Amino acid sequence: MTEELLANFTIFVMAILIGFAVISKVPATLHTPLMSGANSIHGIVLVGAMIIAATAHDSVGYLLALVAVAFATMNVVGGYVVTDRMLQMFRKRPSPPASSSDRTEG
Amino acid sequence: MDNLDLLVRLAWLLGAAMFVIGLMRMNSPATARNGNLVSAAGMAIAIGATAVLLLRDGVDVTAWVIIAIGIAVGGGLGLYTARSVAMTAMPQLVSLFNAVGGGAAALIAIEEYLSRSSGDIALDTTVFVVLDILIGAITFTGSLVASGKLMGLSFTPSRPVQVPGGRLVTIGLAAIVVLGSVYLFLGNESVPVMLLILAAALVFGVTMTLPIGGADMPVVISLLNSFTGTAVAMAGFVLNNVVLIIAGALVGASGAILTNLMAKAMNRSVMNIMIGGFGAGDSVAGAGAGPGGSVRELGVDDAAIQLAYASSVIVVPGYGLAVAQAQHAVRELAELLEERGVDVKYAIHPVAGRMPGHMNVLLAEANIPYPLLREMDDINPEFERADVALVIGANDVTNPAARRPGSPVSGMPILDVDHAKAIIVIKRSMGRGYAGIDNELYTNDKTGMLFADAKEGLANLVAAVKGL
Repeated sequence: MTEELLANFTIFVMAILIGFAVISKVPATLHTPLMSGANSIHGIVLVGAMIIAATAHDSVGYLLALVAVAFATMNVVGGYVVTDRMLQMFRKRPSPPASSSDRTEG
Repeated sequence: MDNLDLLVRLAWLLGAAMFVIGLMRMNSPATARNGNLVSAAGMAIAIGATAVLLLRDGVDVTAWVIIAIGIAVGGGLGLYTARSVAMTAMPQLVSLFNAVGGGAAALIAIEEYLSRSSGDIALDTTVFVVLDILIGAITFTGSLVASGKLMGLSFTPSRPVQVPGGRLVTIGLAAIVVLGSVYLFLGNESVPVMLLILAAALVFGVTMTLPIGGADMPVVISLLNSFTGTAVAMAGFVLNNVVLIIAGALVGASGAILTNLMAKAMNRSVMNIMIGGFGAGDSVAGAGAGPGGSVRELGVDDAAIQLAYASSVIVVPGYGLAVAQAQHAVRELAELLEERGVDVKYAIHPVAGRMPGHMNVLLAEANIPYPLLREMDDINPEFERADVALVIGANDVTNPAARRPGSPVSGMPILDVDHAKAIIVIKRSMGRGYAGIDNELYTNDKTGMLFADAKEGLANLVAAVKGL
């Protein structure tokens, strides 16, 4: 095992332990947004896709990199936007204008 | 390492730290939205730093064009789907985003292997390439199937589908992967063998997910989410990139914990879900014959009178309410009743909707304040004191058969709806829930059935209550 690999492996194990620690007691209310939020974080694979695009040097490589960049960006952008849409709905009290106007319509 | 290199690495570290802080803040409803924004900002920093690094390295124009097109297409698709999706269809979209994330991780490993194939590849790189391809490809097809099942596509029905040859196929695929991996690990370089492993993993993703029933999909999606995290961490090892390793491991671990929490809320173990679908066994037919009894049909006006003259009403919303988009109608009815002095609360089963917590999102969307949404253990003792329990599109989670052994829903925690003084069920037909059994609640003497689509039924109730 090279020193570099050992260092990476150390970071890997520590990050796993942090991941376990961070999600300890989550109310069921937040399971769905939290899953979606974690889903956006693995969109970090975009960084890898960009690096691959930079090192590609034949048409197959370019094609693979293009698809990888597009996939990863979709994961990042879509993930964060949909999570935010979900979370903005969690309010303690309904916003008065919306509820009263709906009521008169009905 | 020059100064710019150092700055880029520090920016990556900052991004990774912001992911952790963001996840921590997502543990409570009050700070969750802010947490997601912190995490998004961390992502922007990490991606920006990567662009700076590529600029410095003098990457050729083709690469920039590829990155620009990829970001434009992927970003546009992501933004459009995330903005336009109905909140009811959100679980399948999350699964789709998960699929593309896993797919991207697998593509990185494939390209890295192809571009290095001519030279010598170190053993540890080969190990991570194989793991990345394997996990990424399984997640890709697995998440697509999960998403399709939730969308109800015809080739991925929501019911459990037995794969012909079942276990034999799985063993065959596993053998291909193991033999292929050993061959590559022994120091051989072979693109065809790598592609064979890829193909086996893609097929396995399908055969793993098809036999699982639609009701269990949330847990499966969460598990695949955790897989994608792991695949991304493997891509980090392949590229020797720390931010991928940290973020991937973080999601892999937190996803695993979340999967376990979700499975617990459904009173199932993750293993049990992965091995067999809900109601896939023979036991269903036998248990289907519950105690007979007649069903009492209730008219809209009778139901309106019961509700309007009650002093406390507990609303039990289920997936039927969500599909009918009746969240707003239910709020309207609740507000009318509250004006008449009726105490209205909502009983939320942990797995109401399509995912744990999904119903809370849907009701929050209709502007119902979240302190009124009560969790199962909290509200169950209150059913005894409730004059009316109004069940809208909920089925299995209210079935008293769960308290007895010998039924497919046995042991599943349920809402004690049958303890209420009277029960009104709004339902389209006597159709069965995911568990595929009859609900004994419907034949209870205290229950009146109001046969209607949730939205239409509620609208009629609102009109009837107004007319009183």
